[in-house]
Amino acid sequence: MDGISAAFGEAARLVAAADPALVAIVALSLKVSVAAVAAAALIGLPLGAIVGITRFPGRHFVVVTLNALMGLPPVVVGLVVYLLLSRAGPLGPLGLLFTPAAMVAAQTVLVTPILAALSRQVLEDAWHEHGEQLRSLGAGTGDSVLTLLWDTRFALVTIVLAGFGRAAAEVGAVMIVGGNIDGVTRVMTTAIALETSKGDLPLALGLGIILVTLVLAINAAAQLIRTAALRRYG
Amino acid sequence: MLPLVLEEVRFVAGGRVIIDSLSMEIDAGPRTVILGPNGAGKSVLMRLCHGLLTPTAGRITWRGTRNGRRPRQQAMVFQRPVMLRRSALANVTYGLELAGVSRRERELRAQDVIEAVGLSHVAGKPARVLSGGEQQKLALARAWALGPEVLFLDEPTANLDPGATRDLETIVGQIHASGTKIVMTTHNLGQARRLGDEILFIDGGRLVERAPVDRFFADPATAEAAAFIRGELPWT
Repeated sequence: MDGISAAFGEAARLVAAADPALVAIVALSLKVSVAAVAAAALIGLPLGAIVGITRFPGRHFVVVTLNALMGLPPVVVGLVVYLLLSRAGPLGPLGLLFTPAAMVAAQTVLVTPILAALSRQVLEDAWHEHGEQLRSLGAGTGDSVLTLLWDTRFALVTIVLAGFGRAAAEVGAVMIVGGNIDGVTRVMTTAIALETSKGDLPLALGLGIILVTLVLAINAAAQLIRTAALRRYG
Repeated sequence: MLPLVLEEVRFVAGGRVIIDSLSMEIDAGPRTVILGPNGAGKSVLMRLCHGLLTPTAGRITWRGTRNGRRPRQQAMVFQRPVMLRRSALANVTYGLELAGVSRRERELRAQDVIEAVGLSHVAGKPARVLSGGEQQKLALARAWALGPEVLFLDEPTANLDPGATRDLETIVGQIHASGTKIVMTTHNLGQARRLGDEILFIDGGRLVERAPVDRFFADPATAEAAAFIRGELPWT
């Protein structure tokens, strides 16, 4: 018990002192996950909007697939991206394996279906409400997609933040494709796993505290944005 | 682009015949009120005319357009106004933007119609927090700004209180006076009398009777219309 409280004390000291090793790890985590979520949003939101708004043969299958892909296990994503990026893989010549870019790629693959599936539902509901009116005003599919992406922006922000929470908190994919190299590809989750197994509990706990705080803050922000927007815009 | 001609139009959804071999012509000028009991097919007929639905069989032709083309100089206001999450003014300019109107012109036209429907004081407010009556006025403004030759109104006052209904009816009168043909559905006989010049009475997806408003109410030619007027009158 003493050991645990001592670890907590040391963790608090590391956080308060902005320990350089800790700051570097947190900064890389944020950089990787922000880049991945930005890429996933650029792909996933328009994809979700198009599937939500248009009707085409096989659409039901696409919806089911997107929903199923939300549950992709991070280690499997890591493995697949590893195979693609490994020297013998099709993208091997790019030389991205064990770099932050590989981690961004893996997290993008992980988060894109989440953003696409959740935004599909939001956009489909919006289309149900606005579709007839938009068609009446002469909006084509492209106009409708852009209009409704903007109209549902507050709901979409909360979806993107949820995606960020998922990316920042996963460990399996970044561990496999990043390799957890100190100072290069070590992020919060991989560092926590490593330091725990090494028995360096203060650093692991310090990172854990930051990670939990971050995820809670993001979820609180999502909730606040949604409530405020609802009050302001209806 | 008027007259709008419907030839043997039939619309079937889910195996149910909603519009049944309906032929008619809608001409420029008089305000046309489509009257009929719930489920008669009024709203579907209006959506077919507006081009939101495609007939299962038959033809709908606007003068001067090739078959199937849907002219843009027409607008529709629905029973429940649907507003985007932006200001009242921006909801009006949005329609104009889709119609290809220049930015400067959009602002001017939007401000004009918003003033005409009496919403200048809320022009900058988010549209979705306006009252139901204000939103429906805004929907009329959005449609009016497009300068349509024909305006379809699908039970536009069904969810409104008497005060808001009166305001809406006044605005519809203004729009008609500005040269727009009005085609409107209602099941409110008082409103049909106040706003209509001619009545199209629909029942069971068929056009049962067409008559000038005075004659329709004073001396309906069909038993269905007579029964409808008798049945509805106590509640108008």
